Amino acid sequence: MSQKIATREAYGDALKELGQVNENVVVLDADLSKSTKTAVFQKEFPERFFNMGIAEQNLMGTAAGFATSGKIPFASTFAMFATGRAFEIIRNSICYPKLNVKVCATHAGITVGEDGASHQALEDLACMRAIPNMTVINPADAVSAKKAVFAMADFNGPVYARFGRAAVPTIYDEDMKFEIGKGIQVKEGKDVSIIATGIMVSLALEASKILKSEGIDSRVIDIHTIKPIDKDLIIKAAKETGAIVTAEEHNIIGGLGSAVAEVLVENHPVSMKRVGTMDTFGESGKPNDLMKKYGLTGENIVKAVKEVLNQK
Amino acid sequence: MEKVDYNQLKSISTEIRKNIIKSVHAAGSGHPGGSLSAADILTVLYFYKMKVDPKNPKWEERDRFVLSKGHAAPVLYATLAEKGFFSKEELLKLRHMGAMLQGHPDMKGTPGIEMSTGSLGQGFSSTIGMALASKMDKKNNRIYTLLGDGEVQEGIVWEAAMAASHYKLDNLTAILDFNGLQIDGKNEDVMNIHPIEEKWASFGWHVVAINGHNFEEIIKALDEAENTKEKPTIIIAKTIKGKGVSFMENQAGWHGNAPKDEEAQQALDELGGAN
Repeated sequence: MSQKIATREAYGDALKELGQVNENVVVLDADLSKSTKTAVFQKEFPERFFNMGIAEQNLMGTAAGFATSGKIPFASTFAMFATGRAFEIIRNSICYPKLNVKVCATHAGITVGEDGASHQALEDLACMRAIPNMTVINPADAVSAKKAVFAMADFNGPVYARFGRAAVPTIYDEDMKFEIGKGIQVKEGKDVSIIATGIMVSLALEASKILKSEGIDSRVIDIHTIKPIDKDLIIKAAKETGAIVTAEEHNIIGGLGSAVAEVLVENHPVSMKRVGTMDTFGESGKPNDLMKKYGLTGENIVKAVKEVLNQK
Repeated sequence: MEKVDYNQLKSISTEIRKNIIKSVHAAGSGHPGGSLSAADILTVLYFYKMKVDPKNPKWEERDRFVLSKGHAAPVLYATLAEKGFFSKEELLKLRHMGAMLQGHPDMKGTPGIEMSTGSLGQGFSSTIGMALASKMDKKNNRIYTLLGDGEVQEGIVWEAAMAASHYKLDNLTAILDFNGLQIDGKNEDVMNIHPIEEKWASFGWHVVAINGHNFEEIIKALDEAENTKEKPTIIIAKTIKGKGVSFMENQAGWHGNAPKDEEAQQALDELGGAN
């Protein structure tokens, strides 16, 4: 693991590069461009950047209109407002007509930190996953976040992508391949599989190291695309390791844990535990302190692994 | 512009009204009141004002119309069928399972539908993106949208109204189908929208108030909108809900009710014209 970079930083940089090679890309924001990092694109391409003001519903509706005109709109705000305030516009004006809008939300999860519960989206993946035609992406680090932006620009259809505020370890090399819908086996292992998404992937790797020191050989899988989920990779992990722990910076209801459970129950049930926030709101605090308080740690993943191994 | 044939517009709008009655009757549900109130406006848009090609619905330079009050789908379907976008036979399958014409407009399956609408305010919001994209591409086309009066109670309408004037979208014309009634009754009893002209003016729009059943006034207002620069125009069109059918006129109860057999027949008889 090398330097720590927030996935939102990678998003801004990727937009700028994407703008250079794809003139159909337009970027819309709702008065948060410095935080979402769309300001990086704005500086380079002011004529293709549209600030819609603090009006998230119209942000999404306008993006839909751009898409009907052959543009590729990236609409950004905080995850809370994108998927909460503007949920129905995303459903009815973007997903129902299957328009090519990329809803790229930052400041997802509890690592928003000091702003507290009102700003910590912990149900966004669940909400977005439930809408037909929607693709849901949650990159683990800056490298995969950047590749995700290019991949979604090449993909024709609605996408929700989730980026974080806090700096997180970079786990991938520059030559990693990001394919929408294809999970990545980050580490081989035969005793148990830890299936993680977003910033929890690096913590899964941390847990894997601890487990190794205790003689447990764990596989680590990055599910960067929550929907469509990589069923084959999950079923293979269940068959080969016989026990699964999921880890997400999201409510344990409706997100990665639920999606993985759905796949397992219908295909190859094995012992399973979900690590995530336990159906609770967050609170103000430093991101790392909150991660510890709400159980989003390598140690907590280790604990869950031991529990599933006992049930195996 | 060429000389306007008002008689022709009248016979087209009559035909559209009859097809609204026929399609809603065949569906057994739907929204005749707010469809009939908008029939004259859509007639002028599609048969006088807008550049569209029914043979090539996705023609790049076309003018675009978004029915933001999506529940008035029957008037849009009848107009598009009249214009030749699809067969009139489709109208009698409105709202049937597996049919092309959905209860509210579906852009994916229906030629000539520019945006899927039905959830109020969202269609209008999408026209902001359409108008911005046209300006970016330096197109000369125009974007039109029809809103209901109850619809302006939605917050997103004012978000979009603010954005349209902020970005000086003079290629965008909104028309307010101001029939004064919504599901639960009169606008002012449900949630007062007045002073409506001043509201739009204060949001930076050029406002034109007209009688929405007078072809000459509709044409003049649309031409005035086209000639208004640096700001979007809204045409506040005073209309009669259920216009053309005596027992439906000014009755909130006909917002979302289909006529029974004998009612449909009476409506068609009253509308007259060729059968």
